Amino acid sequence: MYTQALNTAEAPGAPVDAAAAARFQARIDAEQRIEPRDFMPEAYRRTLIRQISQHAHSEIVGMLPEGNWITRAPSLRRKAALLAKVQDEGGHGLYLYAAAETLGVAREALVDQLLAGVAKYSSIFNYPTLTWADIGAIGWLVDGAAIMNQIPLCRCSYGPYARAMIRICKEESFHQRQGFEIMLTLCRGTPAQKAMAQDALDRWWWPVLMMFGPPDAQSQHSQTSTRWKIKRFSNDELRQKFLDATVPQARFLGLTPPDPALAFDAETGHWRAGPIDWAEFEAVLAGNGPCNRERLEARRRAHEDGAWVRDAARAHAEKPRATKAQAA
Amino acid sequence: MSGICEPAMGAMVGSALTLVETPLLRALLARADDALILGHRLSEWTGHAPILEEELALANLALDLIGQARLLYEYAGAIEGAGHGEDDFAYFRDPPQFRNLLLVEQPNGDFAATMLRHFLYAAFADPYWRAMTAAGDATLAAIAAKAEKEMAYHLRHAAAWVIRLGDGTAESHRRLAAALDALWPFTGEMFTAEAGEAALAEAGAVIDPATLRPLWDATIDRVFAAANLARPSGEWAPSGGRAGRHSEHLGHLLATMQHLARSHPGATW
Amino acid sequence: MSADLSPLWEVFIRSRNGLAHRHAGSLHATDAEMALAAARDLFTRRGEAASLWVVPAAAIIASDPAEAGMLFEPTGSKIYRHPTFYEVPEDVGHM
Ligand SMILES: [Fe+2]
Ligand SMILES: [Fe+2]
Repeated sequence: MYTQALNTAEAPGAPVDAAAAARFQARIDAEQRIEPRDFMPEAYRRTLIRQISQHAHSEIVGMLPEGNWITRAPSLRRKAALLAKVQDEGGHGLYLYAAAETLGVAREALVDQLLAGVAKYSSIFNYPTLTWADIGAIGWLVDGAAIMNQIPLCRCSYGPYARAMIRICKEESFHQRQGFEIMLTLCRGTPAQKAMAQDALDRWWWPVLMMFGPPDAQSQHSQTSTRWKIKRFSNDELRQKFLDATVPQARFLGLTPPDPALAFDAETGHWRAGPIDWAEFEAVLAGNGPCNRERLEARRRAHEDGAWVRDAARAHAEKPRATKAQAA
Repeated sequence: MSGICEPAMGAMVGSALTLVETPLLRALLARADDALILGHRLSEWTGHAPILEEELALANLALDLIGQARLLYEYAGAIEGAGHGEDDFAYFRDPPQFRNLLLVEQPNGDFAATMLRHFLYAAFADPYWRAMTAAGDATLAAIAAKAEKEMAYHLRHAAAWVIRLGDGTAESHRRLAAALDALWPFTGEMFTAEAGEAALAEAGAVIDPATLRPLWDATIDRVFAAANLARPSGEWAPSGGRAGRHSEHLGHLLATMQHLARSHPGATW
Repeated sequence: MSADLSPLWEVFIRSRNGLAHRHAGSLHATDAEMALAAARDLFTRRGEAASLWVVPAAAIIASDPAEAGMLFEPTGSKIYRHPTFYEVPEDVGHM
């Protein structure tokens, strides 16, 4: 998902006080929330910092592909809705950075990791938005997938993360509907608009299925996260939920997912997808997706071009204090 | 694209609207275009702001302005009575049919230029809409009541940044002063009314923008004093936006904004 | 980039008059005015607020979770502070 890179690397656990660790696990098992200054194993803290910051980076980088169409939105109603939606994503990034900061790491340090190319963000935002229909597809599919992942996170064991997710999920509720409405309008529109919608689905379908991360069999990290109640559903479980919810929506739109093997399994009541090209996923995660370089470059430029603004704001804030100190 | 096609012909809506501009319609479009073009400019910052918190602020400013534009276009459509809606006005007029100030179409430049442009405009728009709440036209007065609260906040936000940047570092002051040199000449246009609007003002339907000059001057002086800025001198005072004679920048802005809508004549989105 | 650090602020929102301010989250700002503006833009986009407080995070003095036992457990045995501790016959009526 927005933190899918976690699945590929296991955080080595530092030696911990066994009794304290057992008490900690007992609290988790009892569904108690862990708050910032409570005892927590170092590995729990590190895992959370990585997960929450990756999630935050994803929200911020995620502003770019959709932001690409704000100036070209084809009606004022769509323009306002898209701007408000992308603005929300910026807010989500801020809520999440703040949640990560409660674990004792500064936002600036996390942003530096992103800009240095060390920290990861969701693979999905490394795909380009080529037509207006991509805005519909992102809202419908990407936000739809994100919501599926984020609702269980509202019950995450770490209090500040869970609270941020509650606020985020509340705001997310319009994002997917906004996207679906765009798709529906296109599908009921001219043949060119309908073709635009199908083309967007063709390009976004597989990358969205990859958003949930690698198959459970290859995702060692999940077990620890599940024990800590950071993660409550496995990658494959969430992917299946998404598939079952989304295929009927695609049919409602009159669109066909680009998967010839996609079939309904009457016995289990689930939709079954064909094989996912995990080599593509690995490549995008490793920095070789269509837009990895552009996305990071855009974030770096914003950061560097903004340095003088931040310097000025700080200098202004420090001045009255300096004058007072001299006067005293 | 010339404005010669018949707007009622759906198949040809890729071309520009033909409008018969009464003085009130023209005055409404001027205010609506100011808001839309400035809102559009601010929306260009999305994803590229210098501070994450400011991303949210810039989007809020843009959304207020786009919202004002939509209300004004809707009213313009109603008084025109030709069945035109907000999107017809926004997407199917050519650059010479836009009536916005040259100030608001100026490119964003750096953050100092964007905030200064916003301050110069808001210092006018805030008292303008407050005065318009007493306009003889009831619909306009209602729109003004909403816009006035929004622009009061815009003025506060932009003024705070002008002061921060003017007072901050040598670099921020230099950038702000450069932005002021570039933008100041465009401010005079805010206070002139076209003949039609002047007649409307005479009749009490709208406010004569010239009457707001003392208020604007006072705001400028107060904020410039705190920001260590001096009013530039110079003779050059370009105008023509209200008459549709724009800078080169508007054409590019509209090419971007209108391209998709105009590429699919008759489509709904 | 420690030179780029800006102070953290805690945001409290009164959703409508009659209710207390409640913690909403935190943000970064270099001065109080910017903190208040950012709180407005970040936390009140859907009509959530009738009033806002921002407080420098550094100004908050918090109890130590390790002392929670000492601070908060002794009260657990003082059940006589609760109305249900006392028995009043039902026919007396509501009291
Ligand atoms: Fe989000
Ligand atoms: Fe979203």
